[in-house]
Amino acid sequence: MLSTAPHLTHHDVELIRQDFPALAATVNGEPLAYLDSGATAQRPLSVLDAERDFLLHHNAAVHRGAHTTAGEATELFENARATVATFIGAAPEEIVWTSNATDAINLVAYGFANASRGRGGPDAARFALAAGDEILVTEAEHHANLVPWQELAATTGATLRFVPVRDDGTWEVEDARNLITDRTRVFAFSHVSNVTGFVANVAELSVMAHAVGALVVLDACQSAPHRRLDVAELDVDFLAFSGHKMLGPTGIGVLYGRRELLDALPPFRTGGSMITTVTMDSAEYLPSPQRFEAGTQPVSQAVALGEAVRYLESVGLDRIEAREEELAQRMLRGLAGIPGIRIVGRGAGSPRAGLVAFDVAGVHAHDVGQFLDSRGLAVRVGHHCTQPLHRKLGLIATTRASAYLYTTTAEVDLLLSAVAEVRAYFGAPALGER
Amino acid sequence: MADPLAGLYQEIILDHSRRRIGDRVLSAPDAERSERNPTCGDEVTVQIAFERGSDRIAEFGWQGAGCSISMASASMLAEIAPGLTTAELVAKVAAFREMMRSKGVGEPNEDVLGDAIAFHGTSKYVMRVKCAMLGWVAAEAAVGGA
Repeated sequence: MLSTAPHLTHHDVELIRQDFPALAATVNGEPLAYLDSGATAQRPLSVLDAERDFLLHHNAAVHRGAHTTAGEATELFENARATVATFIGAAPEEIVWTSNATDAINLVAYGFANASRGRGGPDAARFALAAGDEILVTEAEHHANLVPWQELAATTGATLRFVPVRDDGTWEVEDARNLITDRTRVFAFSHVSNVTGFVANVAELSVMAHAVGALVVLDACQSAPHRRLDVAELDVDFLAFSGHKMLGPTGIGVLYGRRELLDALPPFRTGGSMITTVTMDSAEYLPSPQRFEAGTQPVSQAVALGEAVRYLESVGLDRIEAREEELAQRMLRGLAGIPGIRIVGRGAGSPRAGLVAFDVAGVHAHDVGQFLDSRGLAVRVGHHCTQPLHRKLGLIATTRASAYLYTTTAEVDLLLSAVAEVRAYFGAPALGER
Repeated sequence: MADPLAGLYQEIILDHSRRRIGDRVLSAPDAERSERNPTCGDEVTVQIAFERGSDRIAEFGWQGAGCSISMASASMLAEIAPGLTTAELVAKVAAFREMMRSKGVGEPNEDVLGDAIAFHGTSKYVMRVKCAMLGWVAAEAAVGGA
């Protein structure tokens, strides 16, 4: 049984790891040290079992059919929605299933685009953009929270603007203040940066955006799996996250939207299951969330995501956050002591989520990752879908280690000792000679 | 402990990645092509100047930023490319591609590929095949062979 300590204990982590058989793997003759949960998390047996149990005993099409199994499937599907809603302090009608966070952000951006073309009638006018309007994002965004807005700007004539990042890749409320104006219609940003681990002050930014009538779209991919979220506290209008980063399946994601907004936003995908009345010429659409869920949904994945949420809650999101913060600080302290390492983001002592991206002087990230892989260490290398941020920081690619509730301090220490060997292995030029 | 990466990071590869043979800008290139690996952002630009009135390569230059594999493979290509005709270059790229798709099976042809047979070991690492191909694909496209 897990302890009730405010931080997960070593023993707690060992117990948790028993629920994740994938972590017991051997790679290249070494025990796997999985430090890539920021890309995708491993899944506990209970999540795998929930999906299998659904498919073995309750599999049927949802929201149609009068047979018993169809009723069971629908109930489990909607229970999962309610579980996810409670998880973030929302109502079930405010939770739309998507295939992932990218899909969720596209759903919002294309809803705006459709409204801008006059779809959705007078209720959707608040989403209509035109020349002179501004969409605000930050320079630190993941491509998923940048490219859909570029497309929206290009199709509507609106202007895309950027909150600049500082030299360390982070930004603060004051950096956004002058950019949030009467012209701002949408402000889209990440709660937690997938590169710097920086945590945005969402509530304060939401107040500023709402004061000028802008809507706030929050990319919660790197926060929902790792910290307690409450949409009322955050005060955001839309929020997106992916199931596979929070112990759930791939192919399932979540869009939260304030109910009155979702009921007015024109749908992005149309077809079956999202209509009330259809004639040969036109159709009327269901209210949220069904109006956004055209076609057959990833039902067993949604059910399994509900189980993933239950698992996270059984451990405790506050404890997970505290544990990961500890691991991040351990990484930062250790990396700071290794010559030739440049940490992206703020150093030890500053708050950050449980991930650290870094550059190794004279060694390309791909080579760093390959070397770490030979020690069993799984990390992410590349630009982490943030080319503009990397370019701004004068980097092409970095190495990122990310922790989760099952990460051990021994894994972090293994990372640190391996990183300390990288420059010598590749014969990187002495520091100062580059 | 034996180095588990010895097949990938052979000394000749690491050596080329540091020496970067042919890393320069040509004053009057006849052909030029950039290739990019979108997963890591690595980029190589190849420039070729032909002998007057011929399709024989007089000068081969490249510039780029990337991992040791992509830089070393561009360096090795720069070593063997001068003096080749366009057709000979395209044939070498084809042979190199075939080796990189081999997953480490078979014996590479040293007569055709020279030092570049060192990348036979890289072909076992599927995530790194694109790295090794980057400069070669750029050269192939530059001479219109792609």
